[in-house]
Amino acid sequence: MVQLILESLFNGIAIGSVLLIAALGLAIVFGLMGVINLAHGELMMLGAYSTYVTQLVFKLPALKPFYNSYVIVSLMVAFLVAAVVGILLERSIIRRLYGSPLETLLATWGVSLILQQFVRSVPLAYASGIIIALLIGLIVPLIVPHDLLSHRRNRLIKVGSLGGSVLVGLLSANWLSTSISRLGRASARNVDVTAPSWMRGGLDLWGITFPVTRLVIIVITIIAVISVTWFLKQSVWGMRIRAVTQNREMSECLGISTKKVDVLTFGIGSGLAGVAGVAVSLLGSVGPNVGGSYIVGCFMVVVLGGVGNLLGTIIASFAIGIMTDLIGAGRLLSIWPDMPSPLASTVDFFATTSMARVLVFALIVVFLQFRPSGLFPQKGRMVES
Amino acid sequence: MTLLEVRGLNTYYGESHILRGIDITINSGEMVCIIGRNGVGKTTLLKSLIGLLSPRTGEIIFNGEAIRKRPPHQRAKLGIAYVPQGREIIPHLTVEENLQLGMEALSEGLKKHSSIDNFIYELFPILKAFLGRKGGDLSGGQQQQLAIARALLGKPKLLLLDEPTEGIQPNIIQDIESAIRRIISETGIGVLLVEQHLHFVRKSDRYYAMQRGGIVASGQTRDLSKAIVDQFLSV
Repeated sequence: MVQLILESLFNGIAIGSVLLIAALGLAIVFGLMGVINLAHGELMMLGAYSTYVTQLVFKLPALKPFYNSYVIVSLMVAFLVAAVVGILLERSIIRRLYGSPLETLLATWGVSLILQQFVRSVPLAYASGIIIALLIGLIVPLIVPHDLLSHRRNRLIKVGSLGGSVLVGLLSANWLSTSISRLGRASARNVDVTAPSWMRGGLDLWGITFPVTRLVIIVITIIAVISVTWFLKQSVWGMRIRAVTQNREMSECLGISTKKVDVLTFGIGSGLAGVAGVAVSLLGSVGPNVGGSYIVGCFMVVVLGGVGNLLGTIIASFAIGIMTDLIGAGRLLSIWPDMPSPLASTVDFFATTSMARVLVFALIVVFLQFRPSGLFPQKGRMVES
Repeated sequence: MTLLEVRGLNTYYGESHILRGIDITINSGEMVCIIGRNGVGKTTLLKSLIGLLSPRTGEIIFNGEAIRKRPPHQRAKLGIAYVPQGREIIPHLTVEENLQLGMEALSEGLKKHSSIDNFIYELFPILKAFLGRKGGDLSGGQQQQLAIARALLGKPKLLLLDEPTEGIQPNIIQDIESAIRRIISETGIGVLLVEQHLHFVRKSDRYYAMQRGGIVASGQTRDLSKAIVDQFLSV
């Protein structure tokens, strides 16, 4: 009995962890532009696919000895990939739509559809090539010394770095598609990421088996939450981000470049989606639609937790995760086997993943009727103004 | 020395023409006041100077450099500090963090500067007691002191003040006045003030009077006659 409850709690926390990382990124971006980025789920999907690509690369003979560490590498790869796409999205589309929330919502939804179709119809090798080119294109201006850029021939350097990054992108796409034939073909089918040997199996404690994969996901979440909190509260850029989120115009007047803050915030928020994507790929198979099944959950977490409240986000995501697991896996019946029959049939009716989601969201809607600003609404003098 | 020179500035909100050919100059070490009734474009002028609004035509020359096309954060780094109407304290940041943000305008900004200069506490002793509080929890007068202190920490050459005494109790108005006079005499910065409070207006060196988006009168404040005051100040 206790074991069943513990097990169910554990599974719920593991599902909640994925929601938490993604919702954290969503909340950061939401705070900045006041609109839900509907392409956030697709950024998770990209993170999941980058785990898949990283895994295949680590299967090549040269990297085979390090195969066991591919998950750690893929965390960084996924963060970078999602961050690059997020920054591109911000610079090309969302920047032009600040202050018009409905258009932003529509535009990001459109982007999510584009990204889904993109992974269906473009071979992953070429997608990786494009991302590598973008990554280099974004990084080069940051590392080139300042006096070189203010030089008379700076245009030459810019063109050169642009050409260079395109070339590197092309070469790496070519190399990936020839050495890993699976990446050279476009495919709409779901792919599977196999966990390395150390992540298979389970850890036996108190007679319960905890799957190592899920433990790893929880650890990743803890690290992500701590580092994001530290970054926002302690670092200089974190303070700038908080200032711009709360008062964009005044922050600009104080000397903060809001453009840079936007790019950075978007990069971090999207990068977190990528990290969540790694967790998603470890939980199940990866397909073009995988993001869609999480975005609504993330949205609910942000709404339920109270916007801009870390503790609220954490509690909300674990609550949603645990409830989904309790209801969806029909655990209530196994915890309480001699439930009266009308109740039992109701519980049984909701014991599928999609019906569980319906019930959880219905409960959230009811909850929000009583507490419209979430679990932890903002208090104090500034709320009224 | 001329610190700021504005020539023929025209600003629009959409299609409505707000500022009509504004010409003003401000010298270092001088306090200049803009007077005028509500809705004549005083705040619009300050917003155009800091860059929150982009004037359609005209020149803004600050310290010998044309800045009309520059974004606000670059103007702040050049040495223009802005204390807006309504203070605009960052609400969920502590008083200390709000003050630190003021130093973003210094070269290398927050990365290099994080300790708050003591002269701020000499000017506004109350801030020291409230360092750990959230900026949004302070009273209006305290927020005004915080906003001015934040602006001064960026060591500006020009300070733009928009109605610093609006809705503030008289004893704090006194503190703010003496703090500003002291800063001008000690550091020689220029101050452009928008003000309705006659007592404070009298403290400044020169005035410009605005009507319907244009400058209609200017001169030394000591020559400010009762007739002009009655015409341009809504008392």
